[in-house]
Amino acid sequence: MRREHFLLGLLAAVLLALPLALDRYQTSVLVLVFLAAYMGQAWNVMMGFAGLLSLGHALYLGLGAYVSAALFVHFGLSPLLGLFVAVLICVGVAMAIGALSFQFRIEGVYFALLTIAFAEVARIGFDHLKWTGGAGGFFLSVAGSQGQWWNLRGGPLFFYYVSLAMAAAAFALCVALRRSKLGYQWLAVREDAEAARAVGIDVTRARMSAVVVSAAMSALGGVAHVFYYNNVFSAQIFDMSRSIDIMLAPIIGGIGTLFGPILGAFILIPLGEALIHATQALGINAPGAKAVFFGLALMIIIFLAPSGIWPSLRKRLGIGEGKP
Amino acid sequence: MSLLRVERVTKRFRGLVAVDAVSLEVEKGAIFAVIGPNGAGKTTLFNLIAGVYPCDDGAVYFDGARIDGMAPEAVCALGLARTFQIVRPFPGLTVHENVAIGAMLRQPKPQAAFAEAEEVLRKLDLWDRRAQTAASLTLPDRKRLEVARALATRPGLLLLDEVMAGLRPTETDRMVEILRMINREEGVTIVLIEHVMRAVMALAEQVHVLNHGASIAEGSPREVTRHPQVIASYLGAEALG
Repeated sequence: MRREHFLLGLLAAVLLALPLALDRYQTSVLVLVFLAAYMGQAWNVMMGFAGLLSLGHALYLGLGAYVSAALFVHFGLSPLLGLFVAVLICVGVAMAIGALSFQFRIEGVYFALLTIAFAEVARIGFDHLKWTGGAGGFFLSVAGSQGQWWNLRGGPLFFYYVSLAMAAAAFALCVALRRSKLGYQWLAVREDAEAARAVGIDVTRARMSAVVVSAAMSALGGVAHVFYYNNVFSAQIFDMSRSIDIMLAPIIGGIGTLFGPILGAFILIPLGEALIHATQALGINAPGAKAVFFGLALMIIIFLAPSGIWPSLRKRLGIGEGKP
Repeated sequence: MSLLRVERVTKRFRGLVAVDAVSLEVEKGAIFAVIGPNGAGKTTLFNLIAGVYPCDDGAVYFDGARIDGMAPEAVCALGLARTFQIVRPFPGLTVHENVAIGAMLRQPKPQAAFAEAEEVLRKLDLWDRRAQTAASLTLPDRKRLEVARALATRPGLLLLDEVMAGLRPTETDRMVEILRMINREEGVTIVLIEHVMRAVMALAEQVHVLNHGASIAEGSPREVTRHPQVIASYLGAEALG
């Protein structure tokens, strides 16, 4: 454990000092990395820990974004307060979806389909909601508010530290959950729900708590997202491709691991950026060229490390994870 | 007073009567066996007791409280633990984690639960395997893991569904020894479904025989094995020799 703590401390120190050595663009890439690591961690709580496949996690990201942005724009409510409302609403929606599926025993693939359906409903709904700009998008004004940290107004450097703190907090939360009784109950339910019941675990309650934790975390991701970009479009934020983006980092890094989402984000986001530059440099302007290369890169990674990069890397480094 | 009382429980699957008005009583501290040919309804009876299915008719009492209709997790919390005939470990987790999760029912602090699990694993000769995933165990080890995980929930009564099946005779003898120890030293009442008559004869004080969902005999192992109907339907003629 000592060695792991040392490595963690070193990583934290490097990340805290890193912006000194980076330009604005590089800093903004790392913001994306941290936000991806954060959202990956949230998704991983449901899929990696409790075995619930959500293919519609963009729902919570988008709801968190819209709720906090609307409260800020229409009522001047600071997102630091608005985030509580965003979390409450996301948790409410998550519990409704959870109750619906657990009540009617919708499991596995069918549960995943249900999560897609709800994200799609939100996408279409917000497309028509004039209060938050409808299909034209919802915008936060940038003028005159720069530097108001209590309103989450700031540039890449500010959001570097905001997103770093979020990713670190999500990691710490997941470490604590993974080692808690609830965390072990999630693993048991993921491995075999029937056997979990036989050792006294209330499976529905365990699943519901995973859904709630994951939705609450994702809501905060949405708040950061919208205040960083200063805009939100329902067609993008609730899109299926967004849900897939959320899943990619933990899948590539290692589902159910604590470092997987972080490692996955550090690989995927820079890879995506590099591919943009590469396709531009090569003069390939075909739409989707980036997606083709990205897909190829994913296939290679999955082929080389089918259960994620972190599990195989961990073995080589000789460090354990989550075992007391 | 008996620890477990099953009163005329019946379970029908569509047209088939899987368990037909079966009644039995198990005294506290006893080792009680349920035997019968394949398809006699033994596992269904266990599932009715453990709360996996609701009974169509009849009642189940554990420690004086009516438990039929309760969820499996609630039944387990009352102190009635079970193993599965087709073993169901948590395959991706280690042996130690498997058993510690059982211990967490009574011991919410994970660290203490892992310590408790260690005791149980040592008892069942699984301590050396603690860091292996359950998926990597051999069948005899998985059977023992199944017992260990159930035992870690600190039950008053253990329902064991064919924990000897597929074991070699020496392994069977070891399991018999372990079960006897659990019964004597920890006062755990045991109800077992078993085909291995060698184990039934060695362990059980009372044997209940099912055939086609109905009770056909009950008594000491000796009495039951002499019962003409039991010989005809289950043991076969060679048992007479």
